[in-house]
Amino acid sequence: MAVIEQEIDRVSTETRRELYERMVLSRVFETEAERQYKAARIGGYCHLSSGQEATTVGAVHVLEPDDLLVTGYRCHGFALARGVPPEAAMAELFGRADGCAHGRGGSMHLLDVERGFYGGWGIVAGQLPVATGLALGLVRQQSPQAVLCELGDGAVNMGAWHESLNLAALWNLPIVFLVLNNEYGMGTSVGRASAEPELWRRASAHRMHGERIDGDDLDAVIEAAGRLLREAREERRPAVLEAITYRYRGHSVADAGLAYRTPDEIAARQALDPISRVRAQLQAVGATEDELDAIDDAAEDRVRAAVDFALASPEPAVDGLASGMHASRSAAQFERMRPGSPFGEEELTFDAGLGR
Amino acid sequence: MSAVATAAATEVMTYREALRMALTEELARDDRVFVMGEEVGLFDGSYKVTAGLLEAFGPDRIRDTPISEEGFVGAGVGAAMLGERPVVEIMTINFLLVAMDQVINHAAKVGAMFGGEVRCPLVIRTPNGAGNQLTAQHSQSFDGWFAGTPGLKVVAPASPADAKGLLKAAIRDDDPVLVIENLPIYKQKGEVPLDPGFVTPIGRARIARPGSDLTIVAHSYAVVRALAVAERLEESHGVSIEVVDLRSLRPLDVETVVESVARTSRALCVEEGWASYGVTAELAARIQKACFDELDAPVERVGMAEVPLPYAKGLEHAAMPNQDRIAAAALATLGL
Repeated sequence: MAVIEQEIDRVSTETRRELYERMVLSRVFETEAERQYKAARIGGYCHLSSGQEATTVGAVHVLEPDDLLVTGYRCHGFALARGVPPEAAMAELFGRADGCAHGRGGSMHLLDVERGFYGGWGIVAGQLPVATGLALGLVRQQSPQAVLCELGDGAVNMGAWHESLNLAALWNLPIVFLVLNNEYGMGTSVGRASAEPELWRRASAHRMHGERIDGDDLDAVIEAAGRLLREAREERRPAVLEAITYRYRGHSVADAGLAYRTPDEIAARQALDPISRVRAQLQAVGATEDELDAIDDAAEDRVRAAVDFALASPEPAVDGLASGMHASRSAAQFERMRPGSPFGEEELTFDAGLGR
Repeated sequence: MSAVATAAATEVMTYREALRMALTEELARDDRVFVMGEEVGLFDGSYKVTAGLLEAFGPDRIRDTPISEEGFVGAGVGAAMLGERPVVEIMTINFLLVAMDQVINHAAKVGAMFGGEVRCPLVIRTPNGAGNQLTAQHSQSFDGWFAGTPGLKVVAPASPADAKGLLKAAIRDDDPVLVIENLPIYKQKGEVPLDPGFVTPIGRARIARPGSDLTIVAHSYAVVRALAVAERLEESHGVSIEVVDLRSLRPLDVETVVESVARTSRALCVEEGWASYGVTAELAARIQKACFDELDAPVERVGMAEVPLPYAKGLEHAAMPNQDRIAAAALATLGL
């Protein structure tokens, strides 16, 4: 095991540079998303993950191509780390036809089934039973893969958390519950919400392995997530991995994030910024400022291109309002529901793709 | 196979046995189908619908769960998203309330919210109904809640044949389908087609009894009640009552209802649950709009009395949409 851990632990300089690129892309994307939200091009809720990049990028890095990923609603970074093109993500935030959910999901519901990303979900802890079921599906299909299910610290006080951990442990499902502990569920700190604030310990209630890591330490994330996912795949051993991190921005763009924490606290955490840490590591092995600045500039260019793409993408057609809701062969099932419909319903749904 | 041969290939069995036949056939037909729920395996099912399936198909396909509805309904959602065909049994519809987030916020949202990129072919089976002094927490029918949720399909068989046909259609459907069964009908007997290819199409009502003076629209056990009332009033008052069995609540076959009411000019809608904001409220709204010129009387409704169901037998009977209440409403709608 020690040898395996070492192998996982030793990230090559080339890989570290790629991970740095992804972390920067995520940060730049979030910064731009906030700008676009304030310019009213993005609506609804918009939860940013700036500050959490080491956990996001590190955990996704150790996923195999056929592993599955499920997250809560703070999902932009996970989507990008999993390889969702920034164009498809930004277009979804803009509510455009070329968004990864065709403008039906928005910020909270990015997905990319081809890349095994089964969605950002919007109800706290609601994604846990779903992810547990995906793991059950893998077992039923005799797949050697595993599920990585992200949740926030606020989700661990929901019943769905306990039910999911129990089922996963009882049925030996290949799933790692990644508790992204950014210390606040909206504005309520973990200490004010959880009687057991060491969230990883709750795994023991289900005789499941749990552990806590510094989620801002990319290598620690890669080592732990890699090891636990490997155990999930090879031994069908589920686990809880608690990653301590911090979100720089508020709960959502609408929250300044200062009612429940001080500027000093935020500044102190930003001084330990995960991206700066990786940048320093790269510099220590010879990367120059210019090289790294070029990566940063490329991320800016890519995100700018994503905005241009989103702006150019058409609004979803209203005459397709109901498309996608039901399977394509369902139209005939609904056809006899038309008489007496509420005003306008026939045009808005039956004529607009219901079951087609 | 000729039509005659098909019609002849039936067997009289209970609603419960018809459901079991549907499960057995679909489990045999498609490896992706598996059953999951409380007591479905070793215990043979709380209401014995799954009796014998564990022995026939093994614990991987007949999966006992802990008492954990939110957990295993959600697990059904996830497995379905991966292409499996889970059939989740909920002991009674009352217990589905603790899994509502998974049904309404998850299963029903998968198709639309993710832009049609992924489907959720999940089946949830559960009985509604009252009548055995099960009292307030175990005697409810929430059919209208679910049928009012876009993204779900809801069927409610009233006969053994449809129990088989609709459950099979639900399992073969690519969307989440709630199959609402009914406690009092589990022991009801009827002719059931033996053909493993037999399915009852979703979204198609049936005329359970033809008539010319009044249309009673019902689903689930209310159909059984309506049929009995129709016989009774034919004998006592010489009236001819047509009974429409909705079979599907979403999609709802309004066309069949409207065609019938256009002929009879009078409509009575009956349901096991509370009528306010219920299935009958939806029916009345659609009938008045589609049949405005044909109606000779206001659309009438009968449902559960709007109280939490009491325990005492007499009180419980009075609260239910019993035959006397349906008959009285039918006569009033007929102006008799």
